[in-house]
Amino acid sequence: MLELNDVSLEVGGHIHLYPTNLSLGAEGFNTLLGDTLSGKTSLLRLMAGLTRPSKGRVKFDGADVTGLAVQKRNVAMVYQQFINYPNLSVWENIASPLRVAGLKIDEIKRRVSSIAELLKLTPYLDRQPSQLSGGQQQRAAIARALVKECKLVLLDEPFANLDYKLRESLRDELPRLLADRGAIVVYATTEPSEALQLGGLVATLFEGRVTQFGPSSSLYRFPRDLRTAQILSDPPINIAPGKKIGSRLELTASVGWELGHAHTNLPEGDIYVGLRPHHVLPENLGRGVSIEGRVRISVVSGSESVIRFETDSMLWVSNSQGLKRFDVGETTSFWLDIDRAMYFRPDGSQIALD
Amino acid sequence: MARIRLQDLAHSYHPNPSDDRDWALRGVDFVWDDGGAFALLGPSGCGKTTLLNLISGLLRPTKGRIVFDEQDVTMLEPRVRNIAQVFQFPVVYDTMTVYENLAFPLRNRGVQPEVVDRRVRSVASALGLDASLNNRARALTADAKQKISLGRGLVRQDVSAILFDEPLTVIDPHLKWRLRSELKALHQQSPFTMIYVTHDQTEALTFADQVVVMNEGEVIQIGTPAALFDRPNHTFVGHFIGSPGMNLLPVSVDQAGVVRFEGYAIQNSSRGSGENLAAKGLQIGVRPEFVRLQREGIPVNLVRVIDAGHMRILEFRHGEHSIKMVLSESSAIPDRTPYFLGFEPNRAHLYADGWIVA
Repeated sequence: MLELNDVSLEVGGHIHLYPTNLSLGAEGFNTLLGDTLSGKTSLLRLMAGLTRPSKGRVKFDGADVTGLAVQKRNVAMVYQQFINYPNLSVWENIASPLRVAGLKIDEIKRRVSSIAELLKLTPYLDRQPSQLSGGQQQRAAIARALVKECKLVLLDEPFANLDYKLRESLRDELPRLLADRGAIVVYATTEPSEALQLGGLVATLFEGRVTQFGPSSSLYRFPRDLRTAQILSDPPINIAPGKKIGSRLELTASVGWELGHAHTNLPEGDIYVGLRPHHVLPENLGRGVSIEGRVRISVVSGSESVIRFETDSMLWVSNSQGLKRFDVGETTSFWLDIDRAMYFRPDGSQIALD
Repeated sequence: MARIRLQDLAHSYHPNPSDDRDWALRGVDFVWDDGGAFALLGPSGCGKTTLLNLISGLLRPTKGRIVFDEQDVTMLEPRVRNIAQVFQFPVVYDTMTVYENLAFPLRNRGVQPEVVDRRVRSVASALGLDASLNNRARALTADAKQKISLGRGLVRQDVSAILFDEPLTVIDPHLKWRLRSELKALHQQSPFTMIYVTHDQTEALTFADQVVVMNEGEVIQIGTPAALFDRPNHTFVGHFIGSPGMNLLPVSVDQAGVVRFEGYAIQNSSRGSGENLAAKGLQIGVRPEFVRLQREGIPVNLVRVIDAGHMRILEFRHGEHSIKMVLSESSAIPDRTPYFLGFEPNRAHLYADGWIVA
């Protein structure tokens, strides 16, 4: 168990991290999700012992490791820029941490071949890193990080420099590779889809704060606040200002709906309604509330249609399956799947309906 | 703006290319119509950047011709080709204001001040830079700088084409999404010929009317995003476009033309004869979107469910073969052992040695 107790980081008068509490275990992935400069790398460095927190304690399996140098910790880190020794073979690259640790050559051979097999590097062990593709080089860097059998594995946007498809397949493999190794795995990314598809636990970060920490599926469907909902949505979630009047929610004078028995949970007055793009559709699937909009952008990709349209109050995004074409400037109806709507107080906190 | 014709264009970085692998680009022949939005899509090393540099004139081709409208530009210098280019990393003059940065390509060419002003304001408004026109570029964030780069590419109206070389790679996902749709809107308003190079299928499919898919120096398929999705003409395209990519399974075709995977008949529009297909490496390709749970069919075990938010990815196994299927967020997964899978009629395609046959 890795615990951060009230850790914060201030550098030269700038706050990089506000006081943060997190407990990370060895079951499944722990993902840090947020934009560039949201604090992901600062958190990883604190966990690794590369940076000492300004305040607070870092504990590993109960022992206080705050300020303990990274060399004295059992930590592996993989960076965005894959680092291999260019003049050593792939085999020597992977073996290097074990040589430093002074392991016997038989043990080194056994571990290198086992990790190389797992990462599909066996055919390339005699090559130099420069003779490998980008994906193979990054797999070699990951193999070197894992071969030590560290208790803590930190991955800082490890696939960011790779092609889309390669990223997809490594993202698919990685949770399987790291399962059952008994290590705590922390993975930082800017991509919501990556955080969701890796599964496990996600901490969403915004401007130096963890907005929420929990299972990816529940953060996606029951975010604590507006910010968390936004961080986990790509394309961006629609946030519509509305008002609760009696048992109704009204977006405009003509667009509104009955809230049902749960309306008593909502305060009267200003409410933000959150609707993800795939819950705003250019066709009525049965239970939608219709809204008229003027089409600003209409894009048809391979299997889906993305439409940006404007109403008096805001710009909306609709994302639907199938190919639907509209002319720019055309006024047309969209349907809001209000059963999927999320409701937020003016301060951004979500209101549970049941 | 111009129509761009590439005639048997090939390029090698070797002085005496002999075998296929010596060629970065192996003979490309097609036409891009005036005013279209095009994407060059493929993995690292597929030749897309080589092709872009041949079009802009930074490279001279080993073979073939490049023709803008009726003019052969193959041997012309980049500056006379009249092309605007936007690179992966922002190229911005830090000491100038946003306005001066955007005006630079026009003033450089002696354009009338009134025209400069009109163009700069129009492009700035389209990119949401109006409010910062008088700010120094130095103080801006990385993504605002990349917007200026995009704006500088778009500001001239007399260019033959605008080339974008992975322009959104350094941008965070949320802003990337916005810039991508703004670029699309700009193209819809003023039909420049735009060529967008990327390894990211989402960017290519949302930006372009026509996508050129490349692999190992060759053009594999040219088509609309929908055509590439519906009917990939090679298994590479099936895999590369779509997320997750197309399922590919080894099959055989019997004398009657029935396609079988591990003995299970697959409904498919194929009329392919067993004789001429028997010897080749045959595969059936079906996208995860068109795999269905049925009462009978291919028996499989469910090994993994990935909750991707708006959809779920189900991974099944039949022996050593993996088959993926996507379900919408709201569809329930029935509880069964084993599951039986089938494919939506006419959505499974037959491939021989990678190329589509039916």
